[in-house]
Amino acid sequence: MNPVGLYTLFYKEVLRFGKVLLQTLIAPIITALLYLLVFGHVFEGRVQAFPGVSYTMFLIPGLVMMSVIQNAFANSSSSLIQSKVTGNIVFMLLTPLSHLEFFLAFVLAAVVRGVLVGLGVWLVALLFTPLPLQHPLTVLLFMFLSSATLGAIGVIAGIWAEKFDQLAGFQNFIILPLSFLSGVFYSIHSLPEFWQKLSHFNPFFYMIDGFRYGFFGVSDIAPAHSLAVVTLFLAVLSAVTLMLLKAGYKLRD
Amino acid sequence: MSAISISGLHKRYPRVHALDGIDLTVGRGEFFGLLGPNGAGKSTLINIVAGLTRFDAGRVSVLGGDVATDYRRTRRLIGVVPQELTYDPFFNVREVLRIQSGYFGLRKNDAWIDELLAALMLTEKAGANMRTLSGGMKRRVMIAQALVHRPEVVVLDEPTAGVDVELRKSLWTFIRRLHGEGHTIVLTTHYLEEAEALCHRIAILNRGRLVALDTKQALLARGIGGTRRVCITTEQPLARLPGALEQKVRRRDGNMVELQLDKGSDSVMAALDALRAHGAVITDLNMEGADLEDVFVELTRRDNA
Repeated sequence: MNPVGLYTLFYKEVLRFGKVLLQTLIAPIITALLYLLVFGHVFEGRVQAFPGVSYTMFLIPGLVMMSVIQNAFANSSSSLIQSKVTGNIVFMLLTPLSHLEFFLAFVLAAVVRGVLVGLGVWLVALLFTPLPLQHPLTVLLFMFLSSATLGAIGVIAGIWAEKFDQLAGFQNFIILPLSFLSGVFYSIHSLPEFWQKLSHFNPFFYMIDGFRYGFFGVSDIAPAHSLAVVTLFLAVLSAVTLMLLKAGYKLRD
Repeated sequence: MSAISISGLHKRYPRVHALDGIDLTVGRGEFFGLLGPNGAGKSTLINIVAGLTRFDAGRVSVLGGDVATDYRRTRRLIGVVPQELTYDPFFNVREVLRIQSGYFGLRKNDAWIDELLAALMLTEKAGANMRTLSGGMKRRVMIAQALVHRPEVVVLDEPTAGVDVELRKSLWTFIRRLHGEGHTIVLTTHYLEEAEALCHRIAILNRGRLVALDTKQALLARGIGGTRRVCITTEQPLARLPGALEQKVRRRDGNMVELQLDKGSDSVMAALDALRAHGAVITDLNMEGADLEDVFVELTRRDNA
């Protein structure tokens, strides 16, 4: 194990997004708030997902988790593709860092960015409406697992993509639709049966539903079920990412 | 124990057999040159030694450690300056070098980083963002990155490609200094003058195969290396040459003729006498021995034939 090497790569990845906070932290918080203002204004008083929970209150955890998902993905994927396109990834590959250390550093940095953006959205949203917090540890657990999962997907996308265009395709055709159709803006019980069933194949749905349970103590499905699905999804993706890194796929050809 | 040992190395890409059974050993403390035309496989070979590229068959070791199975050790022993000019636009020079040190497990490395910055004339640029540096400065930062963990073996892949004459000379001085301090140096270059000036032993690669591996002196002494070029200028252009000399002509240009004469068996005086007997009035004469470029061209041409 090379703990200093692992910490250095993690620190470098955090420092990298820290140098462009306007783009990596402030902008996603403002985007989430715009969603909150527009959707909250349109649907407040017209839709009630859970008894005693206003639409704006319901929306906030969804927006927080959507921000976590999108920013954790963006962190690892954009860093890798930039390093590949500019060629400076070579200075990481020349070092004694193992594929596990490489993976952990990128995923943990993605967790830090995802969680920071999520906390930012949450704190600013509190200015608009109070929000209960029934199970804080559940909230933190889902935040961590979800950002780690998206960090791992970001590493896979960053390894696979050879140009920014391909990465944008991955983001716009996979990450964005899955996060929008995961119950951020609605409870899946409000959907027709077919779409409800289809939603159960979307792993992001479990991230948001379990996360929302942490706030309200109620959810569309049992939180233990969501936790199991998200954990399994993270485990499978981590295994795939580690295999790709160990094989040197598109990195050490 | 050799610095680098390569045996039976093969690397295939879908359309090309990039390395076709390379056997090569670089001794500790050597100044070794790796030459070859574009696409010969030089960078592929270096990338394999550095662990940047996987290989299909063979064995590669650095100071006894296998680069595939013992990569943590071998990557600490080798420092590579890649050919492509690359940099991370997010960081300044000192940050880049501290981060690079950290990857190798080195936390407090500032004293050595300061030494490197001074040696590479970068001290004043330590706080400058990489984006703001000139191409030559970026190249020097890359050299510092390769040396930040004090590797015993230093591999420089075309370090002077595209740099101006002054910087090239200062890099030569720096590389000589590294060698003088005990580092094993492996240098790939397109500049044969550079290899001739710096390297003690030279390998020539062509189309993935090793076509020559010898000391610089031995390479210069064999084949075309055992000849000298004689440039003769005459008052009038020569319509034709005496029969024996016609076969020795290397180049003709107006009233200048360049002959390639064997150092052992051909006499310059006899050639001049033959020309005079043929009616030529000689106005100028210039002679020089064959250089590494002649050897390189001859060997790669023979291999391509």
